[in-house]
Amino acid sequence: MPKVQGAVTIEEGRCKGCELCVVACPTDVLKLQPKEVNDRGYHYAYAANPDACTGCTSCATVCPDACIEVYRVVLK
Amino acid sequence: MDTNDIIRPENKVYARPRLLTENITHYCPGCSHGVVHRIIAELIDEMGLEDRTIGIAPVGCAVFAYNYIDVDWIEAAHGRAPALASAAARLNPENLVFTYQGDGDLSAIGTAETIHACNRGENIVIIFINNAIYGMTGGQMAPTTLLGMKTATTPYGRRADLNGYPLAISPLLAALDGTCYVTRQAVHTPGAVRKTKAAIKKAFTNALNKRGTSVVEVVSTCNSGWKLSPADSNRWMVEHMFEKYPLGDLKNV
Repeated sequence: MPKVQGAVTIEEGRCKGCELCVVACPTDVLKLQPKEVNDRGYHYAYAANPDACTGCTSCATVCPDACIEVYRVVLK
Repeated sequence: MDTNDIIRPENKVYARPRLLTENITHYCPGCSHGVVHRIIAELIDEMGLEDRTIGIAPVGCAVFAYNYIDVDWIEAAHGRAPALASAAARLNPENLVFTYQGDGDLSAIGTAETIHACNRGENIVIIFINNAIYGMTGGQMAPTTLLGMKTATTPYGRRADLNGYPLAISPLLAALDGTCYVTRQAVHTPGAVRKTKAAIKKAFTNALNKRGTSVVEVVSTCNSGWKLSPADSNRWMVEHMFEKYPLGDLKNV
C-alpha cells in the first residue's frame, strides 16, 4: 500500500479554537495553542505533530469556520 | 518529506469553498451553522448553480447568512421564509430556491408557513437547523426543547405538564403529500458531514427537477445555549438529541 503524507494549513485569524478539529483528527496531529491567542482572543489550532498527518481531511470537514486547508502527497 | 514540500497548490485536497465570503462568521466557536454554510457553499459551487440560486435567510442566529455565502439572498420576516421561497420559486422557476431556518423560525412562529408550503409541494428546499433552543435571543425554550432540558425559561428543566412535549416537525412534514424527500442528518463527525452533504445535494436535485418540497433537518448543537464546550455538546447531542430526533430518511420518493 502506498504511503501517504499530508499537511494542514490553518488560517489562525479565522480559527475560533472550538477544538472540533482536534477531536476529529484520527492521528492526533492538531492541538490548541496552550498560551498563544489570535487577535480575536481565541487559542487557535496548530499542527503539533505534523509528521503524523495523512491528509484525510477530517479536520477540514468538521471545521465550522472553514479555516483549514489540507494537502496530500502519495510517496513512491 | 518535509511539510513545506507538501504544502503546494498541486497537492491541495481540501480548500476553503470559493463561495464563502471573507467575512468571519458571528457564530459562536463550534457552532453547527458554520459547517452547514460550508456544505451549502461547496454544493452550489460543485453543481454550478452560483448564478441560479436564491437563498432565503431566516430570523435567528443565521439571520446574517447573506453575509457569508456569496449567492443571492432574500431576508424573510420571522418564520415566513417558506412563503417567500414559494413566491421566489414560482416567479423564477429556472432557479434553485432554498430556505435556511432554525427551529425557532421553522417550528415555532413559522409552523403554518412551513406546513402549507410543504403541503402545496412547492419546488423548494428547506434546510432546518434543529438545536432545540433559541440560540440568538439567549437560550430560551423552543418547541423542540427536550423534556427535562434546562434553558433560560425552563431553569428546572422542561416539564410536559407545564410546557408541553417536544415537537418533532419532520415526521409531520413527511406525512404531507407535497414533500418528496424528508431526512434528518447531523454534522458532528466527518462521516455525518458527508452524509448531510449528500442529503442536501439530493434535495437540491429534487428542487431542480420539480419533484416537490425537500426538507433536510440537521440536528445541531448550541454550545453557548446548552452551556457546554463544542466537543461536549456533540457528545450530549448524540446521547440525548438522537433519542428524540433519530437520524435517517423519513421519506424518500
